[in-house]
Amino acid sequence: MINSGDTAWVLISSALVLLMTPGLAFFYGGMVRRKNVLSVLMQCFIIMCVLSIHWVLIGYSLSFAPSKGFWGGLQWLGLNGVGLGSYADYSATIPHQAFMIFQAMFAIITPALIIGAFAERMKFSAFLIFTLLWATFVYDPLCNWVWGMGGWLRNLGALDFAGGTVVHINAGIAALVTAIVLGRRSNLDKNVPTPHNMPFVVLGTALLWFGWFGFNAGSALAANGLAVNAFVVTNTAAASAGLSWAWIEWMRNGKPTIFGVCSGAVAGLVAITPAAGFVSVIPAIIIGLVVSVFCFIAVTVIKPLFGYDDSLDAFGVHCIGGIWGALATGLFASKLVNPNGSDGLFLGNPRQFLIQLLAVGVTLVYTGLVTFIIYKLVDIFIGVRVDEKSEAMGLDLTQHRERAYTVLE
Amino acid sequence: MKLVIAIIQPYKLEEVKEELYKAEVNLITVSEVLGHGRQKGVTEVYRGSKETGNLLRKIRLEIAVNDNFLEPTIRAIVKGAKSGETGDGKIFVLDLKECIRIRTEERGSVAIG
Repeated sequence: MINSGDTAWVLISSALVLLMTPGLAFFYGGMVRRKNVLSVLMQCFIIMCVLSIHWVLIGYSLSFAPSKGFWGGLQWLGLNGVGLGSYADYSATIPHQAFMIFQAMFAIITPALIIGAFAERMKFSAFLIFTLLWATFVYDPLCNWVWGMGGWLRNLGALDFAGGTVVHINAGIAALVTAIVLGRRSNLDKNVPTPHNMPFVVLGTALLWFGWFGFNAGSALAANGLAVNAFVVTNTAAASAGLSWAWIEWMRNGKPTIFGVCSGAVAGLVAITPAAGFVSVIPAIIIGLVVSVFCFIAVTVIKPLFGYDDSLDAFGVHCIGGIWGALATGLFASKLVNPNGSDGLFLGNPRQFLIQLLAVGVTLVYTGLVTFIIYKLVDIFIGVRVDEKSEAMGLDLTQHRERAYTVLE
Repeated sequence: MKLVIAIIQPYKLEEVKEELYKAEVNLITVSEVLGHGRQKGVTEVYRGSKETGNLLRKIRLEIAVNDNFLEPTIRAIVKGAKSGETGDGKIFVLDLKECIRIRTEERGSVAIG
């Protein structure tokens, strides 16, 4: 039975999640130098165009059509048979197409997250091909394993409410791999790039936080108590992680920064994502407080130590925050919150923690490996990195023949 | 005392700065300017209409030096800014009549360093 309240909520949530991608564009766009801001906005925006088409033509079928194979089945290509009635295996109370379009927004934002790792130095053409291959060979299969009917991680009982594994760990480890193989931006040591527009970063963070209510609370796929729980813990974790990051900076550097609060809030949102439908509010505070510690260490200690140039910390925030969130789900999950979930380690079910660990491990290994292969293939055929002069002049001019800001009218 | 004014390509600024530091010239003023050169410039396209306007973005450096630092300064700028293509820019050298450090009111050569 289609329920109008549920359907309305999922449609609104889909729009909220879509808004996260331009939100991310401003979050990232503010962090790059001004000669590259349009390239980042463009990459995020073109992903909305390209993957929307990819999703309705092949992506949705490969991700969600029931099958026992590597991908989902092919029976839903071009949305064949994906109708306006419900599909009870995914959600009995909303039209199947509503579920499809909600999921489309996740397929869009996931590859957009990776942009943070290779910003300021990737060729636009190579980026497009890389993104399409990555969506097809990494996102779609993984999405199928975790969320699809017959997916093996789903059958194993891995808990991922809104995409900690599928979205954040997945994009985060792909980010690390591309940052490493692409190499560091030139001149990095002599001239540390500073964010060119901090208000953009704040604007982007605000849009992300706002959109994340759709991401997490929408993942209940119904306008019910579970959605409310997800909404409340999402807000709570973002808040506690933003506070936590500011506090760490205050103690360590003497001053808290708005960039820090924004980074923390995003890290908190990442971490609560897999847990949103399985934990209550006190664990959400803990998850938020702790995630900023891990992510802060990742971006200020581990990154300089190893020297990879994850330009905008896609790995440091999304992968590290995502791993903590997935594992924290295995610690704090409670059947009192969601009878369809399971209890975590702290409620006497260590097995759940191990399953979470396995899902994290599988994602790291599979995505890491396949991302590397895709990168190398694209590099062999068309070259991934722009030449040195283009990098110095900026991608806005050399890849798009546009600039963001004029000097005089 | 001389005042060196150099107009260079924006993307060469980092290299020029680095060469200047090597030459121990540490005091520079940098501004972003628009200029009219022989170079045709990079074409920008906005909704299909090409803009090849003849005002190009350049970086302007101003460096006040004592006479013995003049040649090293010029060499450093050339080394950092030269690509061999049209549009690399120009260096102008002017006599500098006076220099006053505001904090101490010192004048002349000592105020430049």
